[in-house]
Amino acid sequence: MAIGQSLTAYILRRCAWLIIVLFVIATASFFLMRFAPGGPFDKERNLPEAIEKNLRAKYNLDKSLGMQYVIYMGNLVRGDLGPSFKYRNRSVNEIIAQSFPISLTLGLYALSLAFIVGVSAGTIAAVKKHTAVDFATMSVAMLGISLPSFFIGLILLLIFCFKLPLFPAAGWGSPGQMVLPILSLAAPFTAYIARLMRASMLDVLSQPYIRTARAKGLSEFKVVLRHAMKNAITPVVSFMGPAAAAVLTGSVVIEKTFAIPGLGTHFVNAALNRDYTLVMGTVLLYSFLLVVFNLAVDIIYSFIDPRVRM
Amino acid sequence: MSEERYRRTFLRRFMRNRPALVGGAFIVLMGAIILLTPVIMPYSYEEQNLEEQYQSPSLKHWMGTDSKGRDLMTRVFYGGRISLAIGLAGAVVSLIIGVAYGSVAGFAGGKTDNIMMRIVDILYGLPFLFFVILVMTIVGRSLLVLFIALGVVEWLTMARIVRGQMIMLKEQEFVEAARALGASNSRIIVRHLLPNMMGPIIVYATLTVPAVMLEEAFLSFLGLGVQPPASSWGSLAADGMIHITPVRTVWWLVVFPGAALASTLFALNFLGDGLRDALEA
Repeated sequence: MAIGQSLTAYILRRCAWLIIVLFVIATASFFLMRFAPGGPFDKERNLPEAIEKNLRAKYNLDKSLGMQYVIYMGNLVRGDLGPSFKYRNRSVNEIIAQSFPISLTLGLYALSLAFIVGVSAGTIAAVKKHTAVDFATMSVAMLGISLPSFFIGLILLLIFCFKLPLFPAAGWGSPGQMVLPILSLAAPFTAYIARLMRASMLDVLSQPYIRTARAKGLSEFKVVLRHAMKNAITPVVSFMGPAAAAVLTGSVVIEKTFAIPGLGTHFVNAALNRDYTLVMGTVLLYSFLLVVFNLAVDIIYSFIDPRVRM
Repeated sequence: MSEERYRRTFLRRFMRNRPALVGGAFIVLMGAIILLTPVIMPYSYEEQNLEEQYQSPSLKHWMGTDSKGRDLMTRVFYGGRISLAIGLAGAVVSLIIGVAYGSVAGFAGGKTDNIMMRIVDILYGLPFLFFVILVMTIVGRSLLVLFIALGVVEWLTMARIVRGQMIMLKEQEFVEAARALGASNSRIIVRHLLPNMMGPIIVYATLTVPAVMLEEAFLSFLGLGVQPPASSWGSLAADGMIHITPVRTVWWLVVFPGAALASTLFALNFLGDGLRDALEA
């Protein structure tokens, strides 16, 4: 980052990068798809010729490759991801519009929960360093990092749905259906954030300005929350970008475990059925969201830590 | 510090870290069991016994049996072979890409370095596993693709570490000396610089193994990874999940493969952390 660069220029430059990245991803996946062995209608080889011809025309497969690319990119710019190859009468946009809000809700709840619990647990562990509290918190955190989220989900499912039927095992909508998926999706990130927060808080608490704050006679509570927190939280904030990527990814597994009809479920089914346009549309959407989210995180970061501001 | 003393300090620090030692011992034990499975297990991988479907754990079948009456413990150990093999292969692939990319960026410096690291920054924020799924949708779901694809996902951090080391080391006198003797750039990188950063490279590669194993489990759990008849810990857990219903909670089918995976990842993480701490402190 050049010194003296204005925030606007920085944001504009990042947006230019964003467009380039999306363009490269869209182009690469388009050509990958078209050179893939086997078409989307392979299972129905014995279709009458006229029908197959119509189908190919409907999905533009009868045009030249260059033409297909131009049509696809043109539609993409207008936000149209094309028809689904598997669900004949539905467009990718419709499928995403219907299922994405579910995944988004799940992901946002999990990310917020991980942030709040992780930051609190990490701070407490740092303040009570080398005590039983610290040791217990960090052991649980290590466990949380090592356990795959689907395993946590399956264990919760076995205990709280089958052994003690406290929660419904599948579906989405009621608060009861949301508890277990959110918990199992949030667990690994909570653990990671707690470890990050503890290390960073310990580092900050050993700095001279904290000694000064204590010497002024401030309560420990104020020292930690008002003075140390501001600096200690920066690594956690910069982790939120990769965390969002991981939450979106993890959501796919959790949706399968708890039979949630979100975008992740559709994505996996599309990948298994070779529904090219749906797979590609989902990948593009997720890439777009993450690039935007990362940009937002970087801008927020430059506000809380003016040292990195351009 | 001399080479010899440095090595001894490293070993001493590592030996003091009990969790890391226990983790290492666990991995050695798990590796031995997995290698010796055909010799020590009384059942074979595919041996079906339709009279013993869904047996809960007993003295005869320590981890119970599955829907076709196959011994689950045998299958868990065979699955471990694939899980660990993918973890190791992925780590090696990521090591090769990361080291090559990082050395070039760090050694070249300036504008090349800037652009190459900017690309890494961007890739960091992208949903890489989705690209792996995209590629597997297209080229088919084979083990070989899985081996390579997962390594390709994990090279970014390795590239950053190697680049950092490269920038630190390339200004040192021994590089100058090698250049004065007429060594080419590639010779300086391979013979003089890389051997001096083996420590961080090996430590990070150790931490990559559990990361890749977790990704393999993730894909296999979705049915997009290891395909039957082969199985891994992830695909065994996914298989087990299908058979769990409110009337028949065959918990052992998911708990044992999951626990095998989780305990191995746990041990590998402790081992890697211990190595890193011993190297850094």
